[in-house]
Amino acid sequence: MTEPSKVLATFTVNGEPHEVAFPPHKTLLEVLREEMGLTGTKHGCELGECGACTVQVDGTPILSCLMLAIDAVGRQVRTVEGLADKAELSLLQHAFADLGAAQCGYCTPGILMTADALLRANQDPTREEIKQCLAGNLCRCTGYLKIFEAVELAAARGRGEQREPSKESIYGS
Amino acid sequence: MVLDDPVKREAPVSRTETPWHHDVKKDDLRVIGKPIRKVDARSKVSGLTRFADDLSLPRMLHMKLLRSTMAHAEIVHIDTKKARALPGVKGILTGKDLPIPFGILPVSQDEHALCPDRVRFVGDPVVAIAATEEEIAWDACRLVEVEYRELRTIGGIHEAAANDEPRLHDYGVRGNIHRLENLEFGDLDDGFQRAARVREDTFFFEGNTHMPMEQHATLAHFDKDGKLTVWSSTQTPHYLHKALARTLHPLPAHHIRVIACPNGGGFGGKSDPFNHEIAAAKMAMLTGRPVKIALTREEVFWCHRGRHPVLMRSRIGVSKTGRITALDFESYLDGGAYGSYGTASTFYTGALQTVTYAVENYHFRGVRFFTNKAPCGPKRGHGTPQPRFALEVQLDKVACDLGLDPAQVRLDNLTPRDSLTANFLRIGSMGLGACIEKVTAGSGWKQRRGKLGRQPNGRYRGLGLACSSYLSGAGLPIYWNGMPHSGVQLKLDRSGLVTAFCGSTDIGQGSDSVLGWIIGEVLGIDPLGIKVVTSDTDLTPVDLGSYSSRVTVMTGNAAMQAAERAREIVAKGASEKLGVPAGRLVFADARVFDAEEPGKGMTFQEAVCAAEARFGTIGTVGSYTPPQAAAKFRGGGVGPSPSYSYSAAVVEVEVDAETGIYTVPKVWIAHDIGRALNAAVAMGQIEGSVYMGLGEAMMEEMAYRDRSHKGHRIFVHKIPSLLEYKSPTSLEMPEIVTYVVEDPDRNGPFGAKEVGQGPLLPMMPAVANAVFDAVGVRVDEIPVSFEKVFAALQSKKEGKDARFGPALDASGVPVVDFGESLKIRTPWQGGDGTAWNEPKRDKKAAR
Repeated sequence: MTEPSKVLATFTVNGEPHEVAFPPHKTLLEVLREEMGLTGTKHGCELGECGACTVQVDGTPILSCLMLAIDAVGRQVRTVEGLADKAELSLLQHAFADLGAAQCGYCTPGILMTADALLRANQDPTREEIKQCLAGNLCRCTGYLKIFEAVELAAARGRGEQREPSKESIYGS
Repeated sequence: MVLDDPVKREAPVSRTETPWHHDVKKDDLRVIGKPIRKVDARSKVSGLTRFADDLSLPRMLHMKLLRSTMAHAEIVHIDTKKARALPGVKGILTGKDLPIPFGILPVSQDEHALCPDRVRFVGDPVVAIAATEEEIAWDACRLVEVEYRELRTIGGIHEAAANDEPRLHDYGVRGNIHRLENLEFGDLDDGFQRAARVREDTFFFEGNTHMPMEQHATLAHFDKDGKLTVWSSTQTPHYLHKALARTLHPLPAHHIRVIACPNGGGFGGKSDPFNHEIAAAKMAMLTGRPVKIALTREEVFWCHRGRHPVLMRSRIGVSKTGRITALDFESYLDGGAYGSYGTASTFYTGALQTVTYAVENYHFRGVRFFTNKAPCGPKRGHGTPQPRFALEVQLDKVACDLGLDPAQVRLDNLTPRDSLTANFLRIGSMGLGACIEKVTAGSGWKQRRGKLGRQPNGRYRGLGLACSSYLSGAGLPIYWNGMPHSGVQLKLDRSGLVTAFCGSTDIGQGSDSVLGWIIGEVLGIDPLGIKVVTSDTDLTPVDLGSYSSRVTVMTGNAAMQAAERAREIVAKGASEKLGVPAGRLVFADARVFDAEEPGKGMTFQEAVCAAEARFGTIGTVGSYTPPQAAAKFRGGGVGPSPSYSYSAAVVEVEVDAETGIYTVPKVWIAHDIGRALNAAVAMGQIEGSVYMGLGEAMMEEMAYRDRSHKGHRIFVHKIPSLLEYKSPTSLEMPEIVTYVVEDPDRNGPFGAKEVGQGPLLPMMPAVANAVFDAVGVRVDEIPVSFEKVFAALQSKKEGKDARFGPALDASGVPVVDFGESLKIRTPWQGGDGTAWNEPKRDKKAAR
């Protein structure tokens, strides 16, 4: 077997252009993690079944394990590493951290990228819309409730409301 | 003993002195109970947490395992010539390179990193290959030729019970029986004679798996000084360290460093030492290069160690008011191909029946079989969800038989607090009554149960109740030793930084944060300012691992002791400077001050400096060993725990009586956790348990296809993918009303008990009971899948038994000779915890 030949391409990842050489059959997931060291994006199946590898391409959440890296060339790729604004976490990240919406944290990057895209499209999603939106992201720890609540909290704060988590979601009924 | 009279079961309990922190008023706490984010929360939402597969090293090789395609076969010959010739291949290992067997329990050292001469399930690893690229390692695996000689397979419980040959292993009780237990507490005949009603039921609980979102991964590096470092997704770095020291002999144990990376979910599935971990370590030693293996999702299904499939028969005797006079319980476990934790699992299918309800006379028989499938082990609840399902459904049936309220039957049977159970488990705080009251009040149980019936949409609604208890850590370690179960070291330095070192492993449950909260509360400092260093066998004192819900109580108590010792030293330093007696000093808000004159004080940092100036470098240690168990009979080592958590759940279902399809719109769950160290994190554990329990109740199955391959049967997992292994998504999640019940226990830090395994247990029986309330059929099998509800509805329509489940006779539950029981007098019979007919034995056998 000969050494696989590589292609050289430029991606825009989190707003910055990156020139990367990679074998053309590699997925976007593999190139992000293995060639660019952006290990914040996770894998749970590499078959498009769990949503852990979700990133945004031109603002749309996609499964990076099902997209060839070569198809992302020339497009805007956004990963979990690009959510924070400099040292300041995004509203969504704050809400996830404060409410315990990340337990083991493995599905979290994918869920954040999906939810972030939702909130960009819809500033005031209903619980049902949030559930629908996240139906492709599996989480094994939280039972999803803290995730729903965190998305709602971030949405409210994004609308400029002074919202705190409900007493029931912190202390129980 | 008078029937229907509350039975006095108060037996002497060796009371340890109640510690100061057990019952502190909530208002007096600054950290404990407050919704402070976890110490690692911001890393986790930023993609900065480094899981095992996120690590890589220069010159790193990628390793793959060639796994058996046979369910049961002898390995005749392995030809690796073609693989070895493939450019990029740097190392190949087979069974002969790793000849020393291992296993998590000292009594079942029955696994090899690579099978030396026999494979026992489809997925058993045979060859390991490391190459410069992952794809080359895969390609090389395909070039290996393995010649097998097929052996007859053992496919399940009935087959294993009927066929002693071929034996999967040359150890165990006999034939394919791995373990056999027969324990009798009290006088069963008398208990059944006094019963007004006796019921016998059979149940089956299908296996299911943990499905952590993170696939297992390991990185191993062997340096030129002869030191091995292994980073792995493991819940038990200490036990992995022991397994590596054993299998890599003569490499000295102190040359091995295991670092458990944060686990991307574990649920028990990463608590065995695994083949791939040992093979990666050996490969790093062989090649002199770092070696990484990341399992595919299908391989994670093969690693398994999940819920045992268990057949159960339960005979219960109750008085006319529903008080349990006798319980005769049998469990038959399908263990899969290896021992794993199976010995403990077998005992756990019998140990905790007495912890929720006072069982006056109790007989437990349990048997675990070896079969040619992926090995079963501990999954959240470890061995206790299966019998819990059986008992809670049976109690529901008992209540129906007697025309009683199932909630009242449970309340009338509660195990008393501060008591000893029939099988000598020591109960401390006991908040199950409060849990039942919360969920019945919340769900409108009294007004709504049995009355919801047909809805305007044509479907039927029903309510089901179930309860549970769970351990706060196993009372005994996995290997016999007299050392602590948990150790914590603290370093305090003049910057005011407190660093906590501990071997415990964060699997997402928040154990790193538990250290921060407890130390923060005791020293009066911000837990987010504490540096937590965990799960590194070179740096951190031993903690046995994140299993059996042990961390909050055991690591927590060790942290408490270390922090109290540090506070004493710092107080002495501050006392001298301030001229205030040390005993009068308060530690709060990062200050150390006079309780009588709060303005008189100094910062925590100044106090640490004062102490360091007086005493020199400040370091303290804390350790924890659970109280000695009251049980002294063989097998009594499984079940004891410092404390027990309690849970009760009411589940509402809506069933389509035509199709059997049902949904769960709402769940009420109450969990007595002693005290919530962190309210929001405890809530997350409870909600996560509801979720996972619903998955088990409704859909999850570790099901096998029984296939023929050239006339040879093989057992292939039906659904080794996240798409087909059905688990609940965001769309299936019901509304959940959670009640955190706090009944502080003297054995826990600040009174805390276990949180997060217990509340999974009531979900499965509560769903089954709710389906019965809605449409009047019993599904005595988990999962309560739609087709089983449909089958039971059909059966009811045809005027047959309105039930789906295993038959009562030998076609349902096999015939096994359990031999003579070990007979133990209960505490109320004056028993001392020993078996009066037990032959003399050495102390070690108690395990």
